[in-house]
Amino acid sequence: MRKSRIKLALELIAIAIALFFLGNSVSDFRVYEGATVALYVIAICSIILLTGYSGQISLGHGALMAVGAYAAVLARYYWHTSGLLSLIIAVLAAALFGLFLGWAAARLRGPYLAGTTLALAVGLPSLANQFHFLGGEQGLNFDIGAPPKFLGSNFSTTKWYFWICSLAALIIFWLVYNLLHSRFGRQWQAMRSAPVSAAISGINIARSKVLAFTISSGVAGLAGALLVMTLNLVTPSAFPLSLSFAIVTGAVLAGITRLGGAVVGALIIVAIPDIADQIAIKAGGVERVSANLPGFITSLLLILTILFAPNGANIGKFMSLRKKKTS
Amino acid sequence: MRLLSTFLIGVSSGSIYSLMALALVLVWRSTRVVNFAQAGQAIASTYLGYLVITHTNNYWLALPVAMVAGAVIGALADIALIRPLNRRIKSGPVLEIAPVIATLGLLGLIRSLVGMIWGGDLKQYRAPVSINGFTFGHTTIPFSRFNLLIVFTAIVVMVIFAFVFQRTGLGLALRAAAFQPEIARLAGVRVDLVRTIGWAIAGATGAIAGVLVTPSTSLSPNSLDLLLVLGFVSAVIGGLESLIGAVIGGLILGIGLALILEYVSTSLAFPAAFVVLILILIVKPAGLFGMKRGRDA
Amino acid sequence: MTLQVTNLSINHDAIEAVQDLTFSINEGELAAVIGANGAGKTTLLRALSGLKNPKSGSATWRDNSMIGKRPEDLVRMGILHVSDGKTVIPELTVKENLALGGLWRKDKTDVAKATTEVLELFPKLGQRLAQRADTLSGGERQMLAIGRCLVARPELLMLDEPSLGLAPIIIEQIFTALNDLRKRTGLTVLLVEQNAMSALEIADKGIIINLGKLVAQGAARDLINDPTLQAAYLGY
Repeated sequence: MRKSRIKLALELIAIAIALFFLGNSVSDFRVYEGATVALYVIAICSIILLTGYSGQISLGHGALMAVGAYAAVLARYYWHTSGLLSLIIAVLAAALFGLFLGWAAARLRGPYLAGTTLALAVGLPSLANQFHFLGGEQGLNFDIGAPPKFLGSNFSTTKWYFWICSLAALIIFWLVYNLLHSRFGRQWQAMRSAPVSAAISGINIARSKVLAFTISSGVAGLAGALLVMTLNLVTPSAFPLSLSFAIVTGAVLAGITRLGGAVVGALIIVAIPDIADQIAIKAGGVERVSANLPGFITSLLLILTILFAPNGANIGKFMSLRKKKTS
Repeated sequence: MRLLSTFLIGVSSGSIYSLMALALVLVWRSTRVVNFAQAGQAIASTYLGYLVITHTNNYWLALPVAMVAGAVIGALADIALIRPLNRRIKSGPVLEIAPVIATLGLLGLIRSLVGMIWGGDLKQYRAPVSINGFTFGHTTIPFSRFNLLIVFTAIVVMVIFAFVFQRTGLGLALRAAAFQPEIARLAGVRVDLVRTIGWAIAGATGAIAGVLVTPSTSLSPNSLDLLLVLGFVSAVIGGLESLIGAVIGGLILGIGLALILEYVSTSLAFPAAFVVLILILIVKPAGLFGMKRGRDA
Repeated sequence: MTLQVTNLSINHDAIEAVQDLTFSINEGELAAVIGANGAGKTTLLRALSGLKNPKSGSATWRDNSMIGKRPEDLVRMGILHVSDGKTVIPELTVKENLALGGLWRKDKTDVAKATTEVLELFPKLGQRLAQRADTLSGGERQMLAIGRCLVARPELLMLDEPSLGLAPIIIEQIFTALNDLRKRTGLTVLLVEQNAMSALEIADKGIIINLGKLVAQGAARDLINDPTLQAAYLGY
């Protein structure tokens, strides 16, 4: 049975309080990683919504993150918008881009969509190199502003980012959860599992798919803006192909239809480089090995998951806020 | 002269896109998988070719070595990844995305292995012939002896393809297994084996594309990503089902991009390719040479 | 007994489409499996040709088990199957479809000879060799599918509703050709048909199934004349 909205909201508030104390008790580096986990949760939520529910695959969400990121940075850089407004602009810009893309994507299935979005992931970020106002390879600085004064003078920027990212993740989680249990969520599920019956029963499949793509893009755009916020800088190299792959991997590891798994997926994605570093140091610390070990482990996990646990790693089960009921 | 030269450059890069597109189409036809790992398989093969070049300084030895490596990697990918995947996943929410995810995983796996072995720095691949353009009187055009070689090699490969597919039993089996695997089985074709051979041929073809494109650029673990995308666009232009379509799609894309780069703007080449991709998919979903079967199949 | 099917049960989706079926066919016989739509006929043939794994029971051809083998292995045992619906490969030419049937065989001279014989049996195919198979009529496709099997020199030929969607005169032609063929070559034929009368007229043996279960088996002539069967299953 699905939880009531109030119960979920209370749970998320409890998590928020727990995160608050956690943020105060660990090192700055861990806090930074926490912020990264939070923004990955947002990005993975966008994939789960898109792929797990509406049945559309995207290998180009890194590009959509880039759209959001550049929109936020440009708004702040050229029009000096506030931090919050920059993030909202990121969501809107990515959603608008997603609307156009989704319009084309709704006509495509499986491999065509995958290939098209892959093309986007490869090509779009490098466009920034071609246009001067986008800052080129050096990028543009992105400073969202110092933490508010009332938090105290020794409140670190990192912790401020962690707060913003965590709050954003909790809000997005709550919104997406409710969306997936709304009329639209049920339409998407019906559309994915039985497209013909869904069409016969009056669901406008194309419109429903475009809607999913638009919302998913907006959410990804937010994740992108938060990513460049933690980096203080936007550059094309912040959005490599491996970013798109990482969030798809996170979603697959989470179980593509389990929203609660997004946290697990994000934790794994962020933890892998740490674990890989430990292994690489033990193995002698050759630079080219340690540089590629995270990618190796991620890819291996992805392959093993799709082969042996295609519906998601079981560790996601006990954390899963949303148990899938097929009936 | 400028137009002709641009056109020739387009043919040269287009024939490399065609080879990549052929590799993708071949795998798509035989297993209904768009093999994103093709870039990984090709990069691994190209690095093995690089190993040969650094030791022997012989490009003409590197090419067959890379081809054999590509064929072996391709066959292994099918046997170790795609076959088990098709056996295990027959329904559920991941059915449609599983092959995409699997080949993506393989791409990452191969790429990181290549990085671990050879490092991430850029390597140079010496072309076997001059990469300086031909000179006529006082003008030198960008089209070089090496470009000519690329076109020639691509033509040889395509002629071999045409011969194998249209004139040999293996070609007949490959086509039958691609179009109607069940009927092919009932006619006695060992479809699993034939599919693996298809993957092997595709692997070798991708390796040729990698070895041909690399002297004009440089070699790094992800230096073939763009070629994968352009190969995919070419394949889609050609309808993804048709081998001839893949060749023509590659040439159209190559010439088109060369014209845009020369006459419009260097920054517009990628957006142009992407717009072409989207337009083709929306306006003519079956590709210019597509069969009746729709994109939903 | 050349073909012996014993206690065979096969699931199709969630239902048991064939239940505990036992029957046998002698060398050189033409047996017709008769039953209404949904009786389990197609499921039975798919299991016998290796396209489907049965739940339990056995099936042997000349004392070799047919169960657990792949279609391409059964073909090498001389067991050929023309499936229902899609019978030929539309994207290939008539010539290529025929060649496909002999691709696995080592004896290329005999493949050529068998091909010539097919073209004598179905002269229409000879006029259309270079055409794509999707330009053929339904009857010609059926001939092409049978011809492809004959190129492999089959010993057991299994046909799934060859009369489906064909005009009576074409059905007549195909059945006559089949009958001549097995008399000439000693081929064993297992014919699955909804069109009971046409099938039993040329068959030696009839096997009647309903909802996956055996109703009756015996000489075709006896079945035709059995009034209860006539009323219930033979549709007249």
